[in-house]
Amino acid sequence: MRQAFVPVLTVVVAIFAIWYVAAIFLNSAWAYDKAKRADVTLSTSQLISDTWSQDKPKLPAPHQVGREIWKTTVEKKITSKRSLIYHSWITLSATLLGFAMGTVFGTLLAVGIVYNRTMDMSVMPWVITSQTIPILAVAPMIIVVLNAVGISGLLPKAMISMYLSFFPVVVGMVKGLRSPDLMQLDQMRTWNASSAQTFWRLRLPSSMPYFFTSLKIAMAASLVGAIVGELPTGAVAGLGARLLAGSYYGQTIQIWSALIMAAALAASLVAIIGVVQRVMLRRMGMS
Amino acid sequence: MGWLIFAVVIWIAGWMLNVRLSQLPKSRLLSLIVPVIFGLTLIGIWEGIVRGFEISPILLPTPSAIAIRFAHSTSILWVDFVQTVIKGALSGYVIGCGSAFLLAIAMDRFDFLKRGLLPVGNFVAALPIVGMAPILVMWFGFDWQSKAAVVVVMVFFPVLVNTVQGLQASDAMQRDLMHTYGASKWTTLIKLRLPAAMPFIFNGLKIASTLALIGAIVAEFFGSPIRGMGFRISTSVGQLALDLVWAEIVVAAIAGSTFYGAIALIEKAVTFWHPSQRGRAN
Repeated sequence: MRQAFVPVLTVVVAIFAIWYVAAIFLNSAWAYDKAKRADVTLSTSQLISDTWSQDKPKLPAPHQVGREIWKTTVEKKITSKRSLIYHSWITLSATLLGFAMGTVFGTLLAVGIVYNRTMDMSVMPWVITSQTIPILAVAPMIIVVLNAVGISGLLPKAMISMYLSFFPVVVGMVKGLRSPDLMQLDQMRTWNASSAQTFWRLRLPSSMPYFFTSLKIAMAASLVGAIVGELPTGAVAGLGARLLAGSYYGQTIQIWSALIMAAALAASLVAIIGVVQRVMLRRMGMS
Repeated sequence: MGWLIFAVVIWIAGWMLNVRLSQLPKSRLLSLIVPVIFGLTLIGIWEGIVRGFEISPILLPTPSAIAIRFAHSTSILWVDFVQTVIKGALSGYVIGCGSAFLLAIAMDRFDFLKRGLLPVGNFVAALPIVGMAPILVMWFGFDWQSKAAVVVVMVFFPVLVNTVQGLQASDAMQRDLMHTYGASKWTTLIKLRLPAAMPFIFNGLKIASTLALIGAIVAEFFGSPIRGMGFRISTSVGQLALDLVWAEIVVAAIAGSTFYGAIALIEKAVTFWHPSQRGRAN
């Protein structure tokens, strides 16, 4: 951990440095344009300070994004439609609902695949094919169709999240439930364990490491699903809607702050699963 | 009512057939037929239910209607396919995977870079990168260049992380052997460590292949010229021409599966020595 600290810090600082420099170059065209119309020539320091403080820059500088995030999270009331926390909550609730549905559905499917040969042979190839289909493309249609049936709000977005998150769970759980080796299964048989007991005492516990690894992937996928699911609803609420509205009106600072918020959300959700994984596996004596 | 009975009959027939077939000893042909029957059964049930309950075609068109629409508008679909898949996804995929591969090799040479970039790369790989789409569309314009840029950003980190991981896959004994041969760093890289990394690299390339199509299509939701699969999907949904949307989805599914299958085939040829490939052959 200590070993990685200095290099990581260097890389992060380098990213910020590149970001600031890139902001100068990308925004300079507009700055020159403005200066030309005002008939002034820009000195280098004026140019830099202008490119770092434009209203609608091509690439906002980090401190602008930081200020926007501060303004929209701390200084706004949570119930306000301009609060980023309000929008994050909308996205988060769809993500979590979809994640939960995807995990349950994926686990059940995996149990079916492991215990039923017919299901293994007929469903498993389609589970894999289903992911080579760029399903996010269907997102707008699912939303519109479900809206037409009268289902709107949380559920359509959650269904897209579910579709994206069930796949890693199925694949991971099939692998995990099959991970006990022949010796262990034979041991269960010598103890005269019923197949239910074999499942609860042997297969399920030994699948846990696989389970948590898939959960991390599923969580990240589920957040992407929720964000994309918000795009076609006409930019009402949620981080995806902020992205779309920002791109309609050229509010780059708003786009970037929504993006950073989504990144923070993803990172903390995955981190939470990581903590649960560590505690759980330690209590089960596996780590 | 007749159609509902048809759906039930198809369901039972397909299920019985598959149960019977999966009792037979495993063979290659069988593991191809069973999923195909499952798929056909699903399509049959879909057709029967939509007709039986008289579900409006605005909500869910029948598979036959989609097939007819597909056959009638092949020219539109082809234009969209070229715009999105060939120009957007494929070029972005090549650029993104290529640059990720080169950076991974550089990271492998310089330990400092690896220790710094790998945690950051792992972090970024978990982020919702699709969100970059509106920004990149703003930077690179509406045409395919911006879609390719989105694809580059999306495929970059999975490939990077997997390649770096793969380059560490050869064990100390093998590296010692290369050392006793007096092999230089480059020779070791090319003869031992790159081949050993191939299973990991292909894993990354496979993940990237699905991400590439998703990136190219979603980026079109943020602005595109009047062709492209994402554009067609979002406008056709607005016009409630759902059969055309489904036809686009069929194209996307075929393109995605072919792309994935092609990479899997190359993987089979390159990593024939790996246990996971040897096991599948017999």
